[in-house]
Amino acid sequence: MKKLIAIALAGVLTLAMTACGAQNSAADTTAATTAAATAATETTAETTEAAKLSGTVTLAGSTSMQKLCEAMIESFEEAYPDITVTAEYTGSGAGLEALAGGKTDIGNASRSLKDGEKQSGAVENIVAIDGIAVITHKDSVVSDLTAQQLTDIYTGKITNWKDLGGADEAIVVLGREAGSGTRGAFEELLKIEDQCAYAQELDSTGGVLAKVAATPGSIGYVSLDVVDDTVKALSLDGVAPTEENIVAGSYKLSRPFVMATLGTIEEQNDLVKTWFNYVQSDEGQAVIKAMGLILPQ
Amino acid sequence: MKKTKGIPGHGAFTAERLARALLLICAVVAIFAVCAITFYLFAKGLPALHRVGVGELLFGTIWKPTAAEPRFGIAYIILSSIAGTALSVLVGVPVGLLTAVFLTEVSSKRLSAIVQPAVELLAAIPSVIYGLLGMMLLNPVLYKLEKIIFAGSTTHQYTGGADLLAAVIVLAIMILPTVISVSASAIRAVPGQLRAASLALGASKMQTIWGVTVPAAKSGILTGVVLGIGRALGEAMAINMVAGGSVNLPLPFNSVRFLTTQLVSEMGYAEGIHRQVLFTVGLVLYLFIMIVNLVLQRLRREGGKDDG
Repeated sequence: MKKLIAIALAGVLTLAMTACGAQNSAADTTAATTAAATAATETTAETTEAAKLSGTVTLAGSTSMQKLCEAMIESFEEAYPDITVTAEYTGSGAGLEALAGGKTDIGNASRSLKDGEKQSGAVENIVAIDGIAVITHKDSVVSDLTAQQLTDIYTGKITNWKDLGGADEAIVVLGREAGSGTRGAFEELLKIEDQCAYAQELDSTGGVLAKVAATPGSIGYVSLDVVDDTVKALSLDGVAPTEENIVAGSYKLSRPFVMATLGTIEEQNDLVKTWFNYVQSDEGQAVIKAMGLILPQ
Repeated sequence: MKKTKGIPGHGAFTAERLARALLLICAVVAIFAVCAITFYLFAKGLPALHRVGVGELLFGTIWKPTAAEPRFGIAYIILSSIAGTALSVLVGVPVGLLTAVFLTEVSSKRLSAIVQPAVELLAAIPSVIYGLLGMMLLNPVLYKLEKIIFAGSTTHQYTGGADLLAAVIVLAIMILPTVISVSASAIRAVPGQLRAASLALGASKMQTIWGVTVPAAKSGILTGVVLGIGRALGEAMAINMVAGGSVNLPLPFNSVRFLTTQLVSEMGYAEGIHRQVLFTVGLVLYLFIMIVNLVLQRLRREGGKDDG
């Protein structure tokens, strides 16, 4: 009996200690992040004021930006526990409509704003750029494709590399699973949504990279940041997939991630300003990098 | 708690009751888990069946979950799971059974001492390793074969060797240890008098094995086969790595997707009705496994009767 009680007590103690430990470390992290945030902004006074801010920032829009937004919100709310950020993923168009209607603070769009949207007062704040590289097996002689050729390969009209000036080798068309953001962006940018004939659908970027490296004649697409020398990255319409070309806007398989506001950021309330400050801070930029996205400029 | 401390003898009684309660709780947890999983799968899996329509979902062949007009036909996926499992059993069971016979009836003790641990090791290898080896060794070989067989074909879509055949080969190897160990113990359990009687009647050793020993161990061997089916049906990781993952009719050189890999690969980003349909896929898989288990229990009961 005594033993039982002792065991129970020990259990309770351990639990309590773990909980305390967790709390402590959480507090530490918050402190650390706040400190870092301080360094990011100009004056300490300003941040202390910002840290005292409380309220809600609302985001709405692009489903492709869901991963980025969730990561950014998590990181942001750790630094500013009193500010709640809510996000809805309803699509770029719907997000900008909500912004124009004043239903959200920030409208997310995974494309450039249209003229009409700009006229209704939306300002295009590009926070990140999503770039996709087309990769082939290292032995492929083809090093450049036109957008049309790429479209034909993925819709199954061209099935052999010899039709593209390469060796007589079947094309093995690799891609991602339905629901993947990379697949969505790739098909959307080439306007071949749900017309692709994939030989293999892989469920990770690493999977595509490994399969392309291992399969002669294969072609695949991955986020630009993961391309390494086990595969060959193709240029598209003569433009190489580099960060410079993407930032300059000449590489076709890229799209901006826009967090649009009604009027410039300076005209927004303090909460929204704090959000954008955070996105521009070192931590915010690190989150963007960690998502495999490119920083604008 | 403090009150009980003072009464001698009462503590022991309480400990007894506590232990009993603890055992009961553990048993209840197991039963509760089964009930909860069943309930959850039905609760989550049925709505999509209703929304998409039973016919469209179970017998539709087009899987385009994210299209503007989404289609949720999982017929090819169900067929792939069935075909992949059936073919791997067709390949794996004969090999496994012959190995079991060899181990128990034919081989010398020294050889058995090598083969038996090797088989056990095969069972211990994680499925991701099977997948990795399949991807690195099997897929390239199958791609070469594919190129030879479909040379000049204009309609065949080249898969790069990631196809149903690769999945079948990997699964066949993966079910071997189950089939071998269960069959071997069933054969070992056959009473020695049966063999002795057969041999005394003038039957040769092989005649005895196939005419007496194996038939006598029939229900045990069948149990091994059914366990193998269960393992093949439930495997996800290895197949995900070697089978290609496109939704196609399960032909040997087609890239295919199984019920298990369907869940693994799309659960990550699926939303709305797409997600609900994936739960239905889980439900279908669960029902298949349940059927396999019911067959298993029946076999075991019958096996028990035979022995008695």
